[in-house]
Amino acid sequence: MNHRGTRVLRLDALARVEGEAALHLRVDGGTVAETRLRIYEPPRFFEALLRGRSHTEPPDITSRICGICPVAYQMSACQAIENACGVTVDGPLADLRRLLYCGEWIESHTLHIYLLHAPDFLGHADVVGLARDQRAAVERGLRLKQSGNAILEQLGGRPIHPVNVRIGGFYRTPAPQELRPLAQRLRQAREDALETVRWVAAFDFPDAVCDHDLLALRDPGHYAIDSGTPAVIAAQGGPRALREFALSDFEQHVRELQVAHSTALTATLDDRRFLTGPLARYAINGQWLHPVAAEAARDAGLGDPALGGMCDNPFRSIVVRAVEVLHAVEEALRIIDGYEQPPRPAAEVPPRRAVGAGATEAPRGLLYHRYALTEDGTLTGARIIPPTAQNQTAIEEDVRRAVQARLDRDGPDADDEELTLLCERAIRNHDPCISCSAHFLDLTVERA
Amino acid sequence: MSGRVVVIGVGNPLRGDDGAGPAAVEALRGRVPDDTVLTVSDGEPARMLDLWRGADTVVVVEALRARSGQPGELHTLTSEEVAGHPAGTASTHAFGLAECLALAEALDQLPQKLVVHAVEVADVALGAGLSEAVRSALPELTDRVAACVRQAYERS
Repeated sequence: MNHRGTRVLRLDALARVEGEAALHLRVDGGTVAETRLRIYEPPRFFEALLRGRSHTEPPDITSRICGICPVAYQMSACQAIENACGVTVDGPLADLRRLLYCGEWIESHTLHIYLLHAPDFLGHADVVGLARDQRAAVERGLRLKQSGNAILEQLGGRPIHPVNVRIGGFYRTPAPQELRPLAQRLRQAREDALETVRWVAAFDFPDAVCDHDLLALRDPGHYAIDSGTPAVIAAQGGPRALREFALSDFEQHVRELQVAHSTALTATLDDRRFLTGPLARYAINGQWLHPVAAEAARDAGLGDPALGGMCDNPFRSIVVRAVEVLHAVEEALRIIDGYEQPPRPAAEVPPRRAVGAGATEAPRGLLYHRYALTEDGTLTGARIIPPTAQNQTAIEEDVRRAVQARLDRDGPDADDEELTLLCERAIRNHDPCISCSAHFLDLTVERA
Repeated sequence: MSGRVVVIGVGNPLRGDDGAGPAAVEALRGRVPDDTVLTVSDGEPARMLDLWRGADTVVVVEALRARSGQPGELHTLTSEEVAGHPAGTASTHAFGLAECLALAEALDQLPQKLVVHAVEVADVALGAGLSEAVRSALPELTDRVAACVRQAYERS
């Protein structure tokens, strides 16, 4: 490669990420001068779509933002509206919500691990190649994913875009015996999840360190999924120097910015670059992992979560995800074991003139919603800050570092193909979920 | 009848004409034998494989984007024809039927018979509702799928 020249890499369609995005990278001499992740479609359209709608509608409408994590959108929306209306949903209804969310964690993380991410470590272009090479592993992944899917189907009414969720709770709650087949399936899933942690832990990980500030919900006693207070570990704050802020102040801390190169907004946390998602959750909540998941994490070389072990190698995020799947399986089993059907499927949520915020831990990171309501429940404003927009700057920085480290290495120069693959890998570490797209068949039709 | 007939409408009803598959499946209710499985999907491969597990015949109803587009035009494709048209990228959103079929093949989970009925899209911008061209084509699309389901039952 010519160290004095300029070279530009353009990845117009990133492969194996959730959604549609592109990357533009410019190298001047031997230095990465510019990395621009360009996201085509943000959830902004949905924010406009929500204005004028009823306060009962955001769970159903926002669930369409992502086909892979609809529950996250439903849960953050419900919490924000319930917060505005002064209602707290707890007891068995809250347990059922967490169970549903566990189903999504299992399904979404497993999709990322097996279909999108693992091929990077095993030298395959895609999951089809991986399936030909390691059929049993891919079958295990699909089986594990299906167990998460089964939870969504049972509680959500259907496997995609669940329809049983409403503000205040559910349209219908299951009788305890209806959940028994799920428990049976989850016991198999526990084995598959444990095997998944061992499988990914044995991958070969490039050396890398990320030093972004970390943001996740913190819910003492629980590994935060569906509730908690925003908590931050600063990159340069000493080990585990943790601070929290009120969710009502979220937009004072997390500020969204318009950048020219992306239609999605980016964000800063107190004017600094930050990361949300599995690495942040693990650092902030690790001590509350289910013992089986904590042991698997230790065995997988992630350090001891009970002692504040953190994972700062973004390539190892796949191991953290696998540990989180195991935790979600255990949590789902725990909830099913203790479940008693609530007397009513939903709490009343009478509207009032107010503003409310809600945040939950989507598989990809903290997902924040805020809604403004009138007396009759008409929405006058909506704000959705998804994890990928928050992570965009951190992802760009990870890409820059990965490429720079390669350029700085002695030995043969990297060609464009190698750098392209490296960029894609650095991006896929974060499982960016861009937005819900259309799914048409692309075809060249010969016309007579 | 030795096995299931599964009809999968693939698409997102909040993306304009991408909702054609789900709309066709809705229009089929009451028009096919009761034990026909009518379902919708976003096309994500693991879910597709689950939906057709154990099925003899799978009918996929899809929206289709053609380079020299003629919105509303109908296409019937075999699984071999679909497998010949990988989308080129492989985000799960572009994880098209071609990749899905390749994965199924690698795992020995291809259905015995798979037919794709597709309609060319005019508009897939965010928002509910089909374009005029696709809406006009919907009855014919639904007829074709219903006929295809009937044939599957007659064969078995």
